[in-house]
Amino acid sequence: MASVKLERVSKSYEALTVLENIDLEIADGEFCVFVGPSGCGKSTLLRMIAGLEDISSGTLWIGERKVNALSPKERGIAMVFQSYALYPHRTVRGNMEFGLKLSRLPRAEIDRRVAKAAKMLQIEHLLDRRPSQLSGGQRQRAAIGRAVVRDPSVFLFDEPLSNLDAALRVSTRREIADLHRTLGATMIYVTHDQVEAMTLADRIVVLSDGVIQQVGTPLDLYATPANLFVARFIGSAQMNVMNATVAGLSNDTITLDVAGLGAVLIPALGRVPLEGDRVSFGIRPEHLAVDPEGPYRARAEAAENLGDHVLVEAGLPDGEPVLLKCGATARIARGDQMNFRLNGVDAHLFDADGLRISPAPGHEPTEPV
Amino acid sequence: MTARRFGFGRPLLALVIIGVAVIAAFPLVWMVLSSLKTPQESMQVPPVWLPRSPNFEAYREVSDVIDAGRSMLNSAIIATSATLGILITSLMAGYAFAKYSFKGRDTLFAIMIATMFLPPIVTLIPLYRIVSEMGLAGTLFGVILPQLGNAFGIFLMRQFIAGVPNDLIDAARVDGASELRVLFTVVAPAIVPAIAALALFAFTFHWNTYLWPLTVLQGNTDNYPIVLSLGRLLSYNRGAMNAGFVMAGATLAVLPPLVLFVFLQKFFVDSMVSTGVKG
Repeated sequence: MASVKLERVSKSYEALTVLENIDLEIADGEFCVFVGPSGCGKSTLLRMIAGLEDISSGTLWIGERKVNALSPKERGIAMVFQSYALYPHRTVRGNMEFGLKLSRLPRAEIDRRVAKAAKMLQIEHLLDRRPSQLSGGQRQRAAIGRAVVRDPSVFLFDEPLSNLDAALRVSTRREIADLHRTLGATMIYVTHDQVEAMTLADRIVVLSDGVIQQVGTPLDLYATPANLFVARFIGSAQMNVMNATVAGLSNDTITLDVAGLGAVLIPALGRVPLEGDRVSFGIRPEHLAVDPEGPYRARAEAAENLGDHVLVEAGLPDGEPVLLKCGATARIARGDQMNFRLNGVDAHLFDADGLRISPAPGHEPTEPV
Repeated sequence: MTARRFGFGRPLLALVIIGVAVIAAFPLVWMVLSSLKTPQESMQVPPVWLPRSPNFEAYREVSDVIDAGRSMLNSAIIATSATLGILITSLMAGYAFAKYSFKGRDTLFAIMIATMFLPPIVTLIPLYRIVSEMGLAGTLFGVILPQLGNAFGIFLMRQFIAGVPNDLIDAARVDGASELRVLFTVVAPAIVPAIAALALFAFTFHWNTYLWPLTVLQGNTDNYPIVLSLGRLLSYNRGAMNAGFVMAGATLAVLPPLVLFVFLQKFFVDSMVSTGVKG
């Protein structure tokens, strides 16, 4: 097993810079997830760690070794691809053995490793089949098996669950988490699915436009997003973000004039803005509670009943949209007028550049209403 | 409606296909039958369709005039070497053109494609002079050397290799395969039908090629491939035309590519079935 360290790593194609000055340390045995929208550079970063893309500048360390100039096979990594990338003319066993044979391992050792990995992944009965004779989930397991037998220092996963259906995605996700627990290996996992990122990661790296936006535990990212991008990207119903002006300051309270809501009081928990500053006010849909006595009004535009909760898309009096996550029993129909309330302690404040003002790191949100 | 149309169209289609097959097969059948006829039968008008007493006399006569075994061996050496050379160079160049990014790649590819439009007759003399300068005139190696690369082959391989997923190639690199190993153990097996097709084209072309060996070999009949030797049969027999004699030579000449074709045709079907995409 090994740690991975990136020092000011950049990638550019002639004039186009796709990754800029990436500084990141992934600890030995950590499960680190790169997440971000399409084109943010997360797969390129993974491929650079794998040695499949050149590093334009900066240094990459795997364990104690600087690996910039090393080929993939010399880096002690194994990779699982989105498309599985199983060799179609070889059996599952042939796929798993391929790398081991190239390493000139003794036959007995190859057989031992293949048998062990096959048992762990419950694919013993599939070893003599070709990829075309396997289902999507079986192919994915065979691809993971091919990585496991190599006993790598670092596992790299490039959106491995994207081609699976929803139910299989959940079960395979759990299997990957189990694999990490069993092997204790360093794993780097790329996905655009924030649910995968939140459920699997020890730490998440959020990328956008080739720049790391934030690195932290899933809860860090959810509770204290570093900027508006992370605030909007993390959370399965997107955070509501409204324009606001700082209307007043006291020792421990900031009074905001929020577009569509009016006066909102929030505790001064982090950097304190100046009176009159234009800021962005963010609040998650689960922190808005429908309450007939609530001070804020909205008109329901659409309601999606998702079984365990109802997601309501509503319009504030000034026309600004707002999302509310209500309990499963909520009976809200399109056109309904409703009142709601919020707790200022759950609010997120961002300055004009989109950087977080409050709450401070380590702040924990209240229970969803 | 559709069923009725198919019901009516299918026998018609079958008739057309059978007709085309008969037309295509006729010269071949005529050639074999003629080679078994007596000289009188083969020249008779109206023609005799089936030999009354089939015999191999014509084949014996062929071997009296030319060393058919030697000529066949020469043809096999030329066609096999050229085919192997073309497969290797086309795979390597096609892989580079399809999967590598380098400056001037597309221009280079366009120039290479342009050479396909050059009539072979234009390059005949310059090529001969080069081979001759190298001291290879009259030798089999001189015949083979300029044929080891082929623009059409490179084009064909490039098109098929472009369809091989990059992930597959990357997976092999991560597994520790060198670029040559990636090409020959991962990419090539994924495009077997295309390789088989190219092998067939190349082998047939170089088995049948006439002008280039004639130019290079400079009358060195020991190194003549079977096609040039057939020419000798025609000139030997001038004045007393015996079609059966020439047809026997032609039958011998046509056998190896025919066997290869039958073998590869089966191989085509097998590879198509085994690489069929399954959801």
